[in-house]
Amino acid sequence: MTGLGMLRKLAMLLALVLAMGTVLPGPVLAVQPDEMLDDPALEARARELSKGLRCLVCQNENIDDSNASLARDLRLMVRERLVAGDSDEEVVAFLVDRYGEFVLLQPTTGGWNWLLWAAGPLLFVLAVVTGGIYIRNRSRAAPATEAGLTPEEKARLEEILKG
Amino acid sequence: MITELGHFALILAFLVACVQAVVPMVGAQKRWPGWMAVAEPAATAQFLLVLLSFAALTHAFVTSDFSLRLVVMNSHSAKPMLYKISGVWGNHEGSMLLWVLILALFGAMAAWFGGNLPPSLRARVLGIQAMVGVAFYAFILFTSNPFLRLAVPPFDGQDLNPLLQDPGLAFHPPFLYLGYVGLSICFSFAAAALIEGRVDAAWGRWVRPWTLLSWVFLTIGIALGSWWAYYELGWGGFWFWDPVENASFMPWLLAAALLHSAIVVEKREALKSWTILLAILAFSFSLIGTFIVRSGVLTSVHAFATDPERGVFILAILVIFTGGSLTLYAARAGVMQAKGVFGVVSRESALVANNILLAVACFVVFVGTLWPLVAEMLFQRKLSVGAPFFNMAFTPFMVLLGLLLPIGSMLSWKRGKLGRIFRQLVPAMLLALAVAGLFWTIQTGRSLMGPIGLALGTWLVAGSVTDILSRIGQSRDYRRLLRLPRADWGKAVAHAGLGVCMAGVAGLMAWQQEDIRVAQLGEPFTVGAYEIELQDVQRVQGPNYFSTMGEVAVREDGREIAHLYPEKRDYPVAKMPTTEAAIDYRFLRDVYVVIGDQQTAGGWTMRVYIKPLANWIWGGAILMALGGLLSLSDRRFRVAAGARKTVPAKGVPAE
Repeated sequence: MTGLGMLRKLAMLLALVLAMGTVLPGPVLAVQPDEMLDDPALEARARELSKGLRCLVCQNENIDDSNASLARDLRLMVRERLVAGDSDEEVVAFLVDRYGEFVLLQPTTGGWNWLLWAAGPLLFVLAVVTGGIYIRNRSRAAPATEAGLTPEEKARLEEILKG
Repeated sequence: MITELGHFALILAFLVACVQAVVPMVGAQKRWPGWMAVAEPAATAQFLLVLLSFAALTHAFVTSDFSLRLVVMNSHSAKPMLYKISGVWGNHEGSMLLWVLILALFGAMAAWFGGNLPPSLRARVLGIQAMVGVAFYAFILFTSNPFLRLAVPPFDGQDLNPLLQDPGLAFHPPFLYLGYVGLSICFSFAAAALIEGRVDAAWGRWVRPWTLLSWVFLTIGIALGSWWAYYELGWGGFWFWDPVENASFMPWLLAAALLHSAIVVEKREALKSWTILLAILAFSFSLIGTFIVRSGVLTSVHAFATDPERGVFILAILVIFTGGSLTLYAARAGVMQAKGVFGVVSRESALVANNILLAVACFVVFVGTLWPLVAEMLFQRKLSVGAPFFNMAFTPFMVLLGLLLPIGSMLSWKRGKLGRIFRQLVPAMLLALAVAGLFWTIQTGRSLMGPIGLALGTWLVAGSVTDILSRIGQSRDYRRLLRLPRADWGKAVAHAGLGVCMAGVAGLMAWQQEDIRVAQLGEPFTVGAYEIELQDVQRVQGPNYFSTMGEVAVREDGREIAHLYPEKRDYPVAKMPTTEAAIDYRFLRDVYVVIGDQQTAGGWTMRVYIKPLANWIWGGAILMALGGLLSLSDRRFRVAAGARKTVPAKGVPAE
């Protein structure tokens, strides 16, 4: 056993040494100090815009949070456009032109997307109407239905009383 | 050898489940007591067999048996013991085994504690539970067998994904599965009741504890996952509206709706067919969640083992059970007649409103999650639906829920008086408005979210206190508080927990402060009210990783209040880096420190966040779970559960 344990330790050590030799990709943190703009107002706009843009190679992450190098490129692109004097809408339009609407984390209302936005409110209205009708019926139902047993229930009651 | 035994036990469990799915159902139809009685020992046997199978797989992980394919793929001999064990469910095959283990556990629990159920109902519940089991045993054995051996075992394993090597995440899946799969019992009860054609107050009373239990587990599971994301992913996000998160959130919302509507069934014999539908939907959403995670149809951070064959299999299970039960529902729902009569202003109506809001909120999440798929298939549009959509479309319903909750929870059954309740709630209302006003004036950024969220939280907490105090009436005899039913306490605690959680979410999102910079050793800088100094950076070696560990002092008014050690780890075997944020947890705020790369010009990248009220999010979740447990321990459930002690009380076996 000890021999095997030694072997395992050696293997681990070997793996560690090998790993030290190769260059591991460090966890590049989302927004880097060197990317940030000197103008705080412009930088704040860049951050706000970044939060609504999707990192295209990531899974459901915005470019502001993402560690991917593509996200960094996009962040730099956003800042470049802002420095060039684009408005927020122009920056977004620029990115949508290049990468399609996939880049938008907040879908537009264009085309069939209105259904996505309206789905919740529509169902809510429908549910309130249905629920309202149900409550009205309940408040008007004859309380007499509460008393009295159905024939099956009577039979069952007799069964229980006999048993 | 042990591995083969485990494999064999799993096959046996599959066969037992086949028997359990057929014999009791036929028995219940033909009224043959002997056939019905098969269900109970079968459920116990099934559970013991899966337990054996799970223990065998755990043994293989613990002893690092690298002749097993699954162990090679997900373990390493140098990995700490905790993660060797959690590695059992940190992968597709093992997590499916945990899934069926919990399914069998709930089946067995229904058999053990179901002594007071009518025999035919119990036989049907266990039969349907076994049908679900059969489907998933088949899924595991034919597409995802964890017990496959390798002809040539390698020297060592490939290690578990380092992100999963974390205490928070070690226990996140079991809790989540306990919740997901626990809803299967509610589903079985609903389907059985449809076959029986009978839903009454007793049915509501039997179903409610199972719903509560599942909901408590889901709450804990989701909170653990969210807390993990907060401290592990490196920027303190706690919820991403990721498809897989949504997959666990949807059953949670529906379970919350179900446990409220089951009260109406139990107390007032109304809302019956809706409650049945909810029970079916809640479990169907668990299945949808499983489908989303395993099929890879929606790409997500969580998706593992994405495989079309498996996806199709789970889709088939989903279609059969959801479709089958909904067909049954359509055919039989008319049989159920509401009995309770109630006024427009009543607790019943308030609970209808609760159900509407929770169900619609769930629907919004559902549509948002699946929309990218729909848009691509029907309109050839590749688009994303992310956090901004959900925040906008989902939040209004939650705000409305929070506004109505304290009023609705105090209305009396049958016929309530709004005027009286408003008078009682005036102090809570004033307090909430005062809080909103206070934070509106003192905050710097003029966002409405913070004040509204805090006011809602105050309103909910103060409303819960008012509710509890109203129970002792005018007597001011506070000893009576202790004698109140635990369900009342559970209700107040859980509702207050929701308030705390809402306040936390709003506070964190509205008032978070962030600082990104290159920090030089020994040069302090200020973030908000704090002074931060990077004092030292060292290379440290862990059991299966290297670490770059910073030493950071946090000062407030010149006095050191915390010493933090943020880390950046490299896992050489899994070839993956992770960030380990260092957090100074306080009641009102967290200071969250992350260290990044060394800069060539000297210094280290550092991100510092001040996160106000962050702990309230999980504190609120804990309160909600605690409320659920208090309610679960209420006398009327214990009486219902122990009414006929045919089984010696031995509790839930430890796993």
